[in-house]
Amino acid sequence: MPASPPPPDDAPSAAPAALWAGLARHRPPGVDAVDRAWRSPVRGPWLTSVFGAVLLATLPLVIVTGLLDWIAYGPRLGQALPRDVGWLHPPVFDWPTRPAWLFRVTQGLHVTLGIMLVPVVLGKLWSVVPKLFDWPPARSAAQLLERLSLLLLVGGILFQTATGLLNIQYAYLFGFDFYTAHWYGAWIFTAALVVHVVIKLPRMVTALRGPGFARTPLERTRPEPADPDGLVARRPGPATMSRRGVLALVGGGALLLAALTVGQSVDALRRTALLLPRGRRIGDGPTGFPVNRSAAAAGVTPEQTGPGWRLTLRAGDRTVALDRARLLALAQHTAVLPVACVEGWSTTQTWTGVRLRDLADLVGPVDPTTARVRSLERAGLFREAVLHGGQVTDPDALLALRVNGVDLSLDHGYPARIIVPALPGVHCTKWVAEIAFDG
Amino acid sequence: MARFRRAYGAAPWHLLLLAGCFAVTGWIALRLAGGASAGRMLLWFLGAVIAHDLVLFPVYASLDRVLRGALGRGGVPSPLNHVRVPALGAGLLFLVYLPGILGLGDGTYLAATGLEPRVLLGRWLAVSGVLFGVSALLYAARRLAHRRRPSRPAG
Repeated sequence: MPASPPPPDDAPSAAPAALWAGLARHRPPGVDAVDRAWRSPVRGPWLTSVFGAVLLATLPLVIVTGLLDWIAYGPRLGQALPRDVGWLHPPVFDWPTRPAWLFRVTQGLHVTLGIMLVPVVLGKLWSVVPKLFDWPPARSAAQLLERLSLLLLVGGILFQTATGLLNIQYAYLFGFDFYTAHWYGAWIFTAALVVHVVIKLPRMVTALRGPGFARTPLERTRPEPADPDGLVARRPGPATMSRRGVLALVGGGALLLAALTVGQSVDALRRTALLLPRGRRIGDGPTGFPVNRSAAAAGVTPEQTGPGWRLTLRAGDRTVALDRARLLALAQHTAVLPVACVEGWSTTQTWTGVRLRDLADLVGPVDPTTARVRSLERAGLFREAVLHGGQVTDPDALLALRVNGVDLSLDHGYPARIIVPALPGVHCTKWVAEIAFDG
Repeated sequence: MARFRRAYGAAPWHLLLLAGCFAVTGWIALRLAGGASAGRMLLWFLGAVIAHDLVLFPVYASLDRVLRGALGRGGVPSPLNHVRVPALGAGLLFLVYLPGILGLGDGTYLAATGLEPRVLLGRWLAVSGVLFGVSALLYAARRLAHRRRPSRPAG
């Protein structure tokens, strides 16, 4: 055995040798034609490694912010979706309320970066696509298993991208639960990614340490020497784009997507999100900012929210009912806070209302450990949300009655809604009917 | 060790690593199997690979081949990339923002946003038009610069 063993791709046909050799000999019709059809002279270890390095630096951010999103939903309070995930989850902790922009940034990054990586992923797949049609498909059991893991890797990234893109644009064409699919898809992808990185990292480092092509202009663009992975075309045609041109094209695509996406998270740029649902305001004026789930969709009617509406506060066996006038007579607090959605969009508004800890004081508990907030909404996943102690007692945690100096609109949760710093938007319950404190 | 390597084709850690990966996937598959939508999830997972590898890639590669045939030797400087780049940009936007462009998901869109979905096809066409327009202007500028300096090699 040599001191430095050849990597799996080079390995001589492993046992059962006859099987692999036979497979290699029996070339199905068409594979030779396909093999000759790869003409691009820029495909090769260097370009693939640059794409790989970019993805290696950025995908962990997308993965981690995705896991943080699951934690932000509150697994300890039984609210993370999917709920029952077995042993496969990150360490859980109570989601903090500070900094107030925390969820806006983590989830905005998850979605925006995920979108920006689409051209990088497509570029990476383009750079290695000849391998898909390689014959024989494997020269050893090791290679066969590795290729199966690549199916999980490629399927994983495409599945996550497709479900994510459809979810943020409210087109549930797939017909399965998004949370479940995106969660488990992420784990399948992440496991396959770890395998791929461990196996291919030495290749990437070697290719990036070798001669670079970042400055090579078109007229001097030549194929790389033949590589053990077979990425370099055997019969390359003339170059029509330099490698730096390909990288600029992919980078330009990422920047174009960023420019058309970031507006869903930045109020001043809202309208630049030209092709996304969250580039739209629902109207002019102080309550014209985007809505998550309309009153009509939630089945909340003006009769329920009229003069007969009461907020019920409970703690143990104590109950207090307040109408809106009495709430407005309590000490009012104003806070400028973002409300951020799992779909990556967010908006900052000026909310005015009663501090949740003041409401807790009215029914007793000095140090509430949780608050269970119920909405007038009768159906729907988020008609009820539980806040942990830190979220109840934060000085900016409000039962908001007004926004930007006017009463809440029905779609924004009139007569009263929850606003807590860094709390995912879906847990900022609208049309609040009852708050039950525990502690 | 050497025997293992000969039989398997790589070092034992390679097999351990892959076994870990398949264990995670297998555990998830068992967990989801039997659920009402497990089949659809599998279909979308494999369908995504097929859609990319056997539909999207062959389509854009073939279009590029046609384009190269038509423009590959057309003029100095070559107009090829001045068509390719905006076409890829427009295609990328279409792929990513497809639901909005085609106005899909009417009920869920309305429930989530309180707004009727709008077909954004016109906007996409406008952005694509700008991409092609800017590219055409750059091409015109390059041609002009090239004519003024005829001694420079083709770029």
